[in-house]
Amino acid sequence: MQENLVPRIPLGQYAENVIDYITDTFEGFFDVVQDGLDGFVSAFEALLNFPPELVMIAILAAIAFYFAGWRVAVFAILGSLLILGLDLWEDTMLTLALVLSSTVVALAIGIPLGILAVQSRSIEAVVKPALDIMQTMPAFVYLVPMIILLGLGSGPALVATVIFAMPPAVRLTMLGIQQVPRNTVEAAHAFGATRGQTLLKVELPQALSTIMAGVNQVIMLALSMVVIAALVGAGGLGEVVVRGLGQLNVGTAFEGGVGIVIVAIYLDRVTRRLGQKRKKGGKGGK
Amino acid sequence: MRRSGKSKAEVERSTGATIGAFDASFDVNRGEIFVIIGLSGSGKSTILRTINRLNEPTEGTIHLDGEDVLAMSTKQLRQLRRKKIGMVFQQFGLLPNRTVQDNVTFGLEVQGVGAEKRRKAGQEALGLVGLQGQGDKLITELSGGMQQRVGLARALATEQEILLMDEPFSALDPLIRRDMQNLFLSIQGEVKRTVVFVTHDLDEALTLGHRVAIMKDGEIVQLGTPEQILREPANEYVERFVEDVDYAKVRTAQTVMVPVNEVAYINDGPTVVLRRMRQFGLDFIPVVDEERRFLGTAEAEEVARLAERNERELGSSVDREAAKVGRDTSLREILPLFVERDVPVAVVDDENRIEGVVYRGSLIAGLTTSQESPDESESFDREVPQENAPNGANSGDRVRVRRIGE
Repeated sequence: MQENLVPRIPLGQYAENVIDYITDTFEGFFDVVQDGLDGFVSAFEALLNFPPELVMIAILAAIAFYFAGWRVAVFAILGSLLILGLDLWEDTMLTLALVLSSTVVALAIGIPLGILAVQSRSIEAVVKPALDIMQTMPAFVYLVPMIILLGLGSGPALVATVIFAMPPAVRLTMLGIQQVPRNTVEAAHAFGATRGQTLLKVELPQALSTIMAGVNQVIMLALSMVVIAALVGAGGLGEVVVRGLGQLNVGTAFEGGVGIVIVAIYLDRVTRRLGQKRKKGGKGGK
Repeated sequence: MRRSGKSKAEVERSTGATIGAFDASFDVNRGEIFVIIGLSGSGKSTILRTINRLNEPTEGTIHLDGEDVLAMSTKQLRQLRRKKIGMVFQQFGLLPNRTVQDNVTFGLEVQGVGAEKRRKAGQEALGLVGLQGQGDKLITELSGGMQQRVGLARALATEQEILLMDEPFSALDPLIRRDMQNLFLSIQGEVKRTVVFVTHDLDEALTLGHRVAIMKDGEIVQLGTPEQILREPANEYVERFVEDVDYAKVRTAQTVMVPVNEVAYINDGPTVVLRRMRQFGLDFIPVVDEERRFLGTAEAEEVARLAERNERELGSSVDREAAKVGRDTSLREILPLFVERDVPVAVVDDENRIEGVVYRGSLIAGLTTSQESPDESESFDREVPQENAPNGANSGDRVRVRRIGE
């Protein structure tokens, strides 16, 4: 009898119809998008695979040393050698490429969106619930239409990762700008700074460390998507784990998992102190 | 002093609420330090920030050099803030991510001034506030007092003629505050800006202000020179407000001096002088030259001794070390002069001509009471450039600001 209280609402049917419609109408468009996204990720992959492994390890260690000190540099070298030893180098580079490319896209959209949302109440009113949906909607739900629209491969993986990983970029950009002491903004106004000047010279520099914390979170969230991304054919370390899962092969899954952990620790340590590093560098440089 | 100066901003403000309308109107003359004082919530900062429209009044007009500030477009307002009105903030408002130098030149940077010119102007401004050579430091390395010097330098670097100061020294501890007040006064003597200064510290208001406006609940309850406010509080509120004032700091020689009726000329004979002193019952008499320039003080006993010896000259009885002060000297500085000997202190003008005498008694009266000294009928206004007193050409400068609520 309860079934009759509210008639069955064919929400799923609606969603399907919309996707069908979009697929039919914009097929050519999505082909182009798919190629573009695939190409974008491939470019990163090519870049990472361009140097020989040992050179790449040296580069990774140097980056770690510059941003996070010698401990992380040593970790980078040992971790990379372990990955080499596990024969996971190419998978790792692909995962890294996917993480980096989706981070770039997420930041390119998220930071400006955050800036806009601070300036305008109405944008904020739209953005905030949208971010909540993006973070709480299970990834599989939007993976399905992504596959339909973009096919299998790194394209849908990139889009899904961006959707999932972008919210902190927006949120922490907003937070960072809102935390800028009012008196500094006011002083800028009192001296006749334009809105743009206030943003570039006063707000963003002071919000930088918070925004950088957002960057770190974006990267970590992007990395947490690699296994799901592997389900739509993105490849990389996630695929190793998925393969292990499919074959019930504990060893394979474990090896893939270790690779992901190494990448995660490396990325986290390197990006964690991005914001503070700048301050310290400024002082030390004197 | 600029003769053409016709800067007169009058801000009249009223709350249109049904409770009643308040008016707060004032003129600020060019080169003047105009202080607005009141307790927190009295509306003093609100008024100050209305002048450069950091606070947007809902109604009314503000005139500056005959221009209607509220009618300005965003662009014009920006130019006004860049070129005409500088500001110093209570919380400094400095950018922690920049060096001292880059903070000081921020105003020039937003105007698009070139790097070389900025560097020069910045160094000049830093020199003014006593921070030369510290331009490369980070703001976070400086103490509060030093930071506010940077804030001051930033407002000076842009060379706007008007300076709004929103409780600039309130966040500093008392000793540093005193230093900053002195620094500010000495800089002001050099750069001669038109200053509107907000504070809640009465001592500060009376020390710095040429004129002071006391505010309460969005209303100006009294506007006048520090002297007027101390001597003639407009109502009980002001009276209570000024109760604890340190008169030694605020009052100056001219408020307690007794005008000189009798002087001895250096060429007078001792007998003549002695007769005059007896006639008026004087123990001391100021000795002057033909142009009434103060030379020293002669004591009755000494003069009598000369007279007995039939000396023709007064000279040897004159105490040429006798203390003399300017009319603006504070009582605090005069007080020590009486510690060693009870000799009246002469008050002289810039040309060293005698104007009056401060006796120990009149000094103590001036320190302890708000009672009037003998010649208080005269105006004791501190000298304020007044050449732009209201005249026909200026009547258009009246400003009316109306605002609802606080």
